[in-house]
Amino acid sequence: MYCLEGVKYRDILAIDSLCFPTNKITSVVGESGSGKTTLLRLLNKLISNDEGTILFNGTSLRDIDSILLRRKVVMLSQLPAIFPGSVKDNLLLGFTFADKPPVDDEKLYEALKMVHLSKELSGNAETLSGGEKQRLALARVILMEPDVFLLDEPSSALDDETEQLIIEKLVRHTRETGKTLIMVTHSKKVAREFSDVIIELKNGRVVGKEGV
Amino acid sequence: MGGQVIELQIYQLAAAYIFVLLLMVIVRIKGIHREKEIVIASIRMTLQLILTGYILVYLFENPHPALVILAIAVMLVFAVSNIIKRVKTPLSPKIKKVIALSMASGTLVSIIYFILVVINLSPWYEPRYFIPIAGMIIGNSMTGISLGVSRLVDGMNTQKNLVEAALMLGATPKAASKHIANNAFDSAIIPTINSMVGMGIVFLPGLMTGQILSGVSPVTAIEYQIAIMLGIVGSVSLTVIIFVELGYKTFFNHEHQLEL
Repeated sequence: MYCLEGVKYRDILAIDSLCFPTNKITSVVGESGSGKTTLLRLLNKLISNDEGTILFNGTSLRDIDSILLRRKVVMLSQLPAIFPGSVKDNLLLGFTFADKPPVDDEKLYEALKMVHLSKELSGNAETLSGGEKQRLALARVILMEPDVFLLDEPSSALDDETEQLIIEKLVRHTRETGKTLIMVTHSKKVAREFSDVIIELKNGRVVGKEGV
Repeated sequence: MGGQVIELQIYQLAAAYIFVLLLMVIVRIKGIHREKEIVIASIRMTLQLILTGYILVYLFENPHPALVILAIAVMLVFAVSNIIKRVKTPLSPKIKKVIALSMASGTLVSIIYFILVVINLSPWYEPRYFIPIAGMIIGNSMTGISLGVSRLVDGMNTQKNLVEAALMLGATPKAASKHIANNAFDSAIIPTINSMVGMGIVFLPGLMTGQILSGVSPVTAIEYQIAIMLGIVGSVSLTVIIFVELGYKTFFNHEHQLEL
């Protein structure tokens, strides 16, 4: 899916060689400041590498239109971005942004159920708690049905039990629909339990690869 | 009507400075250290207006299109530098160019339409009409666009995570910054709209007051005021819409990445 060769980004990241397999669950682990988020941002083309090449399905990211790429490879940031409006408004925003036709309410409730968020669609999204906002943002990404999910700490604001439930459902959904999931996680337990591949970063360098 | 204008004598003008002295006494008593600024502002205002008075006398006595165009160019340069100074946050060179471009294009289109179509001035460069009208249009557009610039720059800085979140979902830069750009446009034109609402009741605007003082019938003065107010609304809207339409783009690079 993605292959990185000699990639450097400022003094934050320096990766000699790294590939992310298609239709697999890959976890990126490492200490705070090790470059995990920067790696995801590079894959989403929110930033561009100073040196080296990043290939997506064999084509260099430099030759792929950023907007079209981001519609195939949707990223979820660690800080959930909730826009003014209702839960429904927030869920449908992804379709507006990506110029896709919206789905019906039933689908929206299904997505909320997948992230264990029992809220009415008409509820005010801005008054949700931190954990609820994170789940709402995750539901919005799931609804987009991208080829690749890039998730930055999707469960950081959740308790262990909810984290386990949601990641389990997310992983099952990814496998069933034949998608690719790349997630940054602080939890080695989550990484070990659900991932096909684990990549460990330290000081911007890959120090461990498991399952590759 | 057509009453004689009361010529102010020097001593009468000097008496008006009592207001400044009064203000100085108040700030001194209150311990608000603004004496220096008040003195400088009063001196600058006096000198600038005297200088402008002489320049206008010269322009009125020597009407020439090149001189009028030069006067408008000077006004625009001052207006643009004033906008850049007024905005507290640092501005990128790209956004400064957009400010200059939108001010020049928005105000010039409005001035040309106003002079040629609304007033049907002949010759078009008649300085007695052209310069005050251009001054009002440029001045009001400057105030509007200053608010628009502040809102756009602040909005992009404080809502960076929302803009990036939208990009991550596949939004174009335009869609990702739409709410910020709309908000900037709103803030820029609301003062002009509010001033239309209060006009004639809460205050008598400058152009109308000036004409009435110089003996013009209030009805004629009002006709001019309505026309210029509509011209100002048009110019502020046009200038600000050009600014926000081009301004948001300066925060993104060619790869549609947010650069802040």
